[in-house]
Order: sequence, then C-alpha cells, then structure tokens
Amino acid sequence: MVISIARKELKSMFASPMGWIILALLMFAFGTYYLNGVNNYFEVMSGSIRPAERYGVTQFVGQTVYGVASFIMLFAVPLLSMRLISEERRSQTMPFLISAPLSLTEIVVGKFLGLVLFLGILILYIALMLSTLNIWSDIDFGYIIANSVGLFLLVASFSALGLYFSSLTSQPIVAGILSFIALFVLMILDRFFAGDPTNVLSQLSLMKHFQSFAGGLIDTADISYFALFIITFLTLTIRRLDADRLRG
Amino acid sequence: MDNLTVEAIELTRLYGGRAAVSDVSFHLAKGQVLGFLGPNGAGKSTTMKMLTGNLAPSAGSVKICGIDMMEHPKEAKALIGYLPEMRPLYKEFTVDEYLTIAARLHKVSSKHIKKAVESAKERCGLTHMSKRLIENLSNGYQQRVGIAQAIIHNPMVVILDEPTVGLDPIQIRDIRALIKEIGQEHSVIVSTHILPEVEMVCDHVQIIDKGKLVFNGGIDVLKRQRVGNKLVLGFKNPPSESALLQIPGIAEVEQVEGMIRVRFTESSMPHEAIVETSVREGWGLYQIAPDQTSLEDVFVQLTYQEAVPVEEKAA
Repeated sequence: MVISIARKELKSMFASPMGWIILALLMFAFGTYYLNGVNNYFEVMSGSIRPAERYGVTQFVGQTVYGVASFIMLFAVPLLSMRLISEERRSQTMPFLISAPLSLTEIVVGKFLGLVLFLGILILYIALMLSTLNIWSDIDFGYIIANSVGLFLLVASFSALGLYFSSLTSQPIVAGILSFIALFVLMILDRFFAGDPTNVLSQLSLMKHFQSFAGGLIDTADISYFALFIITFLTLTIRRLDADRLRG
Repeated sequence: MDNLTVEAIELTRLYGGRAAVSDVSFHLAKGQVLGFLGPNGAGKSTTMKMLTGNLAPSAGSVKICGIDMMEHPKEAKALIGYLPEMRPLYKEFTVDEYLTIAARLHKVSSKHIKKAVESAKERCGLTHMSKRLIENLSNGYQQRVGIAQAIIHNPMVVILDEPTVGLDPIQIRDIRALIKEIGQEHSVIVSTHILPEVEMVCDHVQIIDKGKLVFNGGIDVLKRQRVGNKLVLGFKNPPSESALLQIPGIAEVEQVEGMIRVRFTESSMPHEAIVETSVREGWGLYQIAPDQTSLEDVFVQLTYQEAVPVEEKAA
C-alpha cells in the first residue's frame, strides 16, 4: 500500500512538465560541474609538484560534483517537498487518502518514498555520469558508492524534514520557505561551533555527518544519525496528521 | 442484526467546547438509502466525516458492518466509499489515471482494476471522458468523477455529501437513478438540502439541526408528520368554501392564486369524494394535486422553530 501512494506521488510529479524540467535542469547543473572538474583536473594536477599533493580523478571530480549536488539539493528538495501535504490540504484532497483503507503511517511513508525515489533518479544519474570516467582511467568505485549512499541519506533527511513542514500548513510556499530555512541552519550548524567541535549542537549538523561519506567512508554512526533524523520527522508528520483527525 | 451496515452510537463532536454534533445515534440496514437533511452548519458534514473516519468523535462510536471505526479503521474504511463536500480530485490526472489510483488505494486487486474502472465510468456516464484531464472537465463531470471514485471498489456503504450540487437537471436525474441503483444492493447515505431529492431517492430521512437529531424515520413517516395534509384544487367554476367544507374529511379551505388549497384531517382520504362532488355539481375540476411545499413545511417546522425570532431581529 505504501507503494501505491509512492506511485501516485511519482505519477503526479511526472504528470506535468515540472518533474521532467526539474530533472533536466538539475542534471544540467551537475553535468556542467562534472565537465569543469574534468577540465580542471590536469591543470591543477600539473601545478602540484609534490606527489603527496596529487590525488585521483575520481576524488577530484567527485568532490566537485557531490559538493555542488548536496548544496543544490538544499534548494531543490524544499521546492519538491513543499507540495506533498500542503497541496493536498489546499485542494482538499486529503479525505481521499484518509478515507481509503490506509493508515496514516502508510500515507506518510508512501509520500516520503515517492519523493525519495524521484530524487534517487538524480543520484543514480550522477553515479552513472561519474562512472563514465572509467572509460579513460581506472576509477575508485568505492568512493562513488560511498558518496551516493551519503547523498541519498542526506536527500532523504531533507525530504523527511520538508514533508513535516509541508504537513504544518496549507500554503506550499510557506512550507517551502520554512523547510529551506530549517535545512540551511542544520547544514551550517557546525560552522557556528567551528571553535568547539565537541559541542553537542554541532553534532546535529547534517553537513558534519555527510563529511565522512564525502571522504569515501561509510560510517554506521552517520548512517544511524540520518536514519534517526528521518524517523523523527516522519513520526512528527504522522502525529501532525493524526492531530487533524482528533482536533479537526 | 447482521443486516446492519452502519451503526452510529451517541456520536458527539466538540469544537472548542461547542458541540457541533451531539448524541447522534442511528443505524442503517443493507439496501436502504438514508437522506441526511439539515440547514447550513447543522453538523451534516461533521457527522459524515466521523462516519468515514476523517474525524475522530469526541464521544460515541461508529460501526461499519459490525467493525468498529476506532479500533479497526483499515477494515472499516475498506467498506466505505466517500465523496466529501469538496471533491477530492487530483486535477493533473486524466479520469482513467485518477480512477485507477482510487481503485488501487482501495485495494481492488490488480487483475480487476481495469474492470472496476470501466464499470465505474459506465455507471457514472464518463466513458467518453476517459482520456480527458480532470482539470478540463466541467463542474458536473468533475462531480461524476467524484462519485465514480466513491463506488469504484463496490463498497458496502456509500456516503455522498451533497452529490447533486452543480449538476444540470438531466445529470441530477441520472445521479439520482444511480443512487437508487446502488441503494438496492448496498447502503447509501446522502446529505442534501434539496427536499424533493430526499423524497425521490431516500427511504429513510434524518433531519439534523444544531448538532441534534430532530427527526429520524421512514420517508412516509415524515410525510405523515406534517400537521394536516393538504391538496391543491383547481376549478373552472369555483364552489363556495362552505360547499367544500361539507365534503367529509375537509377541515380547512383557503384561496391561493386562483387555486383552492384544502387541508384534510389525518387518516381521511377525501380525494374521491371531491372528484365525485365536483362532477355532480359541475364545478369543472381540472386539477387535483397534493401540496408540493408540504415537505418543506415539515422541515421548517422541525428546524426553524427557534431560529425564526433571531432572524427577525437580525433583519
């Protein structure tokens, strides 16, 4: 049943040109950075004289692309997630889902999954794009996999938070702005505590946990952080929708 | 008792201390059509939302075919088809796409989805609209899609909140026929503020006012409830009032726009006597009909008794 909701969400993304255009524009942006990365590689590497300064093409290009991807997703996800529930509220289609034999959990998880699958297409494309480097050189697939997993978890966390803010209001724009601000703060939280890396608040920063993936390391601690983050916001969303039923 | 499809037991819903619906109890058996009547803001939609699990009652419970809505919402909801007041349509989809999603969400098995969509479209007269975007459909057709969505999984109970709003007379007739058809096998609850509609499609009527059930019974009971039954008569040579009053059963005579309205006492049927007398006396009877406003009178009597002075004050 979760799948049915996810399918419905995906279908509605692709029912209008919106979904296609967003995919195309984002891929264009990532592609540009990929191209720049490849172009700059030899320039930079020929400039670094000592062997210690040199590193592989996967890491060089990957860093550029995944760095910009995590930043662009910060804008893209709120734009996509803002509609998920607030649009249903605004056009009063929520009763359609609620009177169907589905639990609220199924509805929320289904919507979340629909968005994550949509964004997953992008992550898959990025990985495929970087893999094309393998034609000319011998690349480090482990690095790409770690980054993909990291980006996927990051984007899923963005989506969970966006979904929660979308459930708070019936104005998609308000939901979008709120989730953008919240995500932005969470992203740069560790910068505020740069002088004190052991601070608890800096541990909440999404970017800090993405860092290990960006370095090519899959750390279970970071995976559990993202999993907890997602579960927390999905639970909050379910509770918010349940409150609608109880309080009206 | 196992014939009961809907049981509402002392439903109460409070909004910030004010009761929107209080102590509403009723039940509905298989094959019945229940009309839900009431002035604006009486609590019709609130009651329907509670019946379909969209709103949790503050007190009381709902059972659908014996399954408690609070305890087993999924099983209970599977038996209901619901069309809310605001049509829940995804306008970016075509009719076919939307109905397929509706069927899938209501757990129609994937083998039968196509058939279910076809039959729902056929029953609602949407077959030639399959590939159109819902956004581009007229108001009336959108309403039909809403109804199609509610009956797609062949539910035991169909709940329609003002289904005939915004339809043209022909469509209204079709929808009424459809409601009757569904009502033969399943149970239907229809809310409306159009009184003749209730008379045409419902076997049971409930009138709700200010959150309280003020009337609950068969449609014939409601018709009988009016104080004094009335007939409208048209004569070419109108007789005097006293001549009419001599016919047994007639209690009151009044002149209305060239017609004569007579009120006859409970349980008497003076129709035949009126015709006979008219023929005998040469009054030239050309029309004899029950008074059409009767149901409205009952409705007003039941609901506006207290409201009237307030309205006068406001005016």
